[in-house]
Amino acid sequence: MKKLMKGNDAIVHGALLGGATHFFGYPITPASEIAQSGAYYFTKAGRTFLQAESELAAVNMILGSASAGARVMTASSSPGIALMGEGLSYLAGSNLPSVIVNIQRTGPGLGYIWPEQSDYNMVVKGGGNGIYKNIVLAPNSVQEMADFAYKAFELADKYRMTVMILSDAYIGQMMEPVSFPAKVLKSKRKDWSVYADAESRTNLISSIHMTKEALVDNVDNLLAKYKKLEEDIVEYEETSTDDAEHIVVAFGISSRVALTAIRTLRAQGIKIGLFRPKTLFPFPKKRLLEISKSLKSIISVELNEGQMADDIELAVQCSVPVKRLGWYGGVVPSVTELVDKIKKTI
Amino acid sequence: MIKHTKPNAFYDTFTRKGPGQKTTHYCPGCGHGTVHKLIAEAIDEMGIKDQVIFCNPVGCTTFLHYYFDTGHVQCPHGRAPAVATGIKRTLDDSIVISYQGDGDLAGIGMAEIVHAANRGENIAVFFVNNAIYGMTGGQMAPTTLIGQETKTTPFGRDATRDGYPIRMSELLNTLTAPVFIERCSVGNATSTLKTRKAIKKAISNQKNRKGFSFVEILSPCPINWKMNAIDSRKWLIENLEKFYEVKNFRDVDTGIKSHGRFPFLDDKELFELLEVSAANEKKAQKQLKKIGEHKVKIAGFGGQGIMSVGVLLANCGKTAEFNTTWLPSYGAEMRGGTAYASIVISDETIGSPVVDKPDVLIAMNAPSLETFENDVEKGGIIIVNSSIVPKKVTRKDVKAYYVPATEMANNLGLTAAAAVIILAFYAKLTGVFPVDVLKEVLPLSIKNKKYVEVNQRAVDAGETFFNEYKE
Repeated sequence: MKKLMKGNDAIVHGALLGGATHFFGYPITPASEIAQSGAYYFTKAGRTFLQAESELAAVNMILGSASAGARVMTASSSPGIALMGEGLSYLAGSNLPSVIVNIQRTGPGLGYIWPEQSDYNMVVKGGGNGIYKNIVLAPNSVQEMADFAYKAFELADKYRMTVMILSDAYIGQMMEPVSFPAKVLKSKRKDWSVYADAESRTNLISSIHMTKEALVDNVDNLLAKYKKLEEDIVEYEETSTDDAEHIVVAFGISSRVALTAIRTLRAQGIKIGLFRPKTLFPFPKKRLLEISKSLKSIISVELNEGQMADDIELAVQCSVPVKRLGWYGGVVPSVTELVDKIKKTI
Repeated sequence: MIKHTKPNAFYDTFTRKGPGQKTTHYCPGCGHGTVHKLIAEAIDEMGIKDQVIFCNPVGCTTFLHYYFDTGHVQCPHGRAPAVATGIKRTLDDSIVISYQGDGDLAGIGMAEIVHAANRGENIAVFFVNNAIYGMTGGQMAPTTLIGQETKTTPFGRDATRDGYPIRMSELLNTLTAPVFIERCSVGNATSTLKTRKAIKKAISNQKNRKGFSFVEILSPCPINWKMNAIDSRKWLIENLEKFYEVKNFRDVDTGIKSHGRFPFLDDKELFELLEVSAANEKKAQKQLKKIGEHKVKIAGFGGQGIMSVGVLLANCGKTAEFNTTWLPSYGAEMRGGTAYASIVISDETIGSPVVDKPDVLIAMNAPSLETFENDVEKGGIIIVNSSIVPKKVTRKDVKAYYVPATEMANNLGLTAAAAVIILAFYAKLTGVFPVDVLKEVLPLSIKNKKYVEVNQRAVDAGETFFNEYKE
């Protein structure tokens, strides 16, 4: 039986079933329900929820807990994620797994609490200092909020990386029926963690290296891991792309509006499809290049000025024009508006 | 009595260090070596080497892992108490030591230390205060004395410009949770012996689950103070110890500290808590009515139960085995008077959850009708709560229905049931799902069970009103 719930609540359900044992949170609209739901369910389940004094403290509690082998998470919204930049970089430099949810809101600065997708560059390109990446998953439904939270911990442990679930205020706040997997996942003992026992005593979690050789080595290892991710975990969804002359590329809430828009356009006889990246890093470059050859145009639909469009352009290597339709400031286009804009664009 | 053998908690050879594997990287006369040895001896005496995890700070002691044969986590500048919190909340039986300098702890990390202390984290913090930034080469610390010359106070620390030196032990002593706070010194042999005792006490407090212990250690930094080892100890005693009083501030036994944990639920219990079924039970597929994508907007005052009735409608859609979405209006507009919920019920995958052109508008108050009347699809439906909306629908290309729902609800004794009456009317009118579905879902949606019965009567009232409705 499916359960009707908010995207933000689905995150907590998925995470607990995915084996999460620790949640270090800090409230911020429109992500606060995740901390609230975490405070209830993690505590009641005998797991650990702790409200930190800041996002900065929260991400550093994650650093400690992940070092100690736990499946650990936090959730925040754009300004809070920016504040975590320091910790994200340390987590990457120390090869630590963690799961961080970003329910994006408008910016820059305090902006406001309405949805935007303007953290794309910050999150997909890294966010903190140094050469590093996060795995970035982009759910577009409440079901995927649950599914991605569930599998995020496996991915984080496997690759020893931060998995960022990049969502937005609408997907976080909306309700849909959700079904859940039948198995609770568990963390296995990690040979690199500090467990406060004899076996792990000599383990060192660190991002400092005192020779150029060691620094180069560390980044080379990270880059090799990121390259492997492009082979291993790229995910996307295509709708009506087979005979399409044009495709819309969109993620998160934008892809929901775009789905209705392409149905409307198809009904009017326009050969258009939808390509939805589910992983933003690694980005589905190969597949985009492959399908671009038969296209007349690609339209990137985002709640920002066209941040993902840059990556699409790189992916398709100028084989087809990439057009940008962007909304920001909390404006989510109506289907009617999007349909009109697409028609003018193609 | 200080032993002169190398403690077992130290590595024999400092292989992680690179060249010079028998000596430390500390400058001649530095206090860190002494403090390290006192900690290592305490670890030996208590036989806890395997349990110890150090939180290495940023500063001269970033390299604790060169020397201590224990677990280590290297922390960002000032964040060691937060990292320590993460470790300790994960490993109850670990001995977590946060070793920090004055810039790290009292400057950039002020928030983290105060809050870790305030939570009474069961950790030991060793705060080495030498009144200067060492690793970065001699800049002003929060604990630099007035008049003291550093690289960033070349004319001496001036309180009117730089503020006053911070007394961390006194500051933390204003908090309720810490169990042990002591300021010590390694200025001479006597004070070093007292430091040894305090360090051991702090670690044993943690072992005995007593709570947060803080030991501040006044320590020399000859190189950055621009003195030799002997003069720096003299300066420490004559200046630092004068401003920073060496004494015990607190030593209380509040008993064993626990974080009020609930029992760890097993898989079955976890599914029960989350109210999701582990087994993917196959329900008999109900006959889906072909409805396409059906979009509803419910709007009214905040407080009219608009959001929860929207959820009730979405739940009915779900129970009737349709895809469904519910999206609230939220933020400033909720305070402005009109709250609305967008619900989409569909027999196919739902695209946009945003309802900009509703097939059905339920207007619970006058501003809602004014705001959304023109958005309704041609041939759509507007249901008006005529008890409080005096206006009529002006459009001729939609169908309008008037239900005096607030009045009817008042007659039932529960004003808040007005929206449920309209929902029953809506179900009969549109046939998207049978009224029985509403009756089935309603009890599950109402938290306070004493309101179930009156809401069931509201459904009946809405149904009856529909059956007798004359256009």
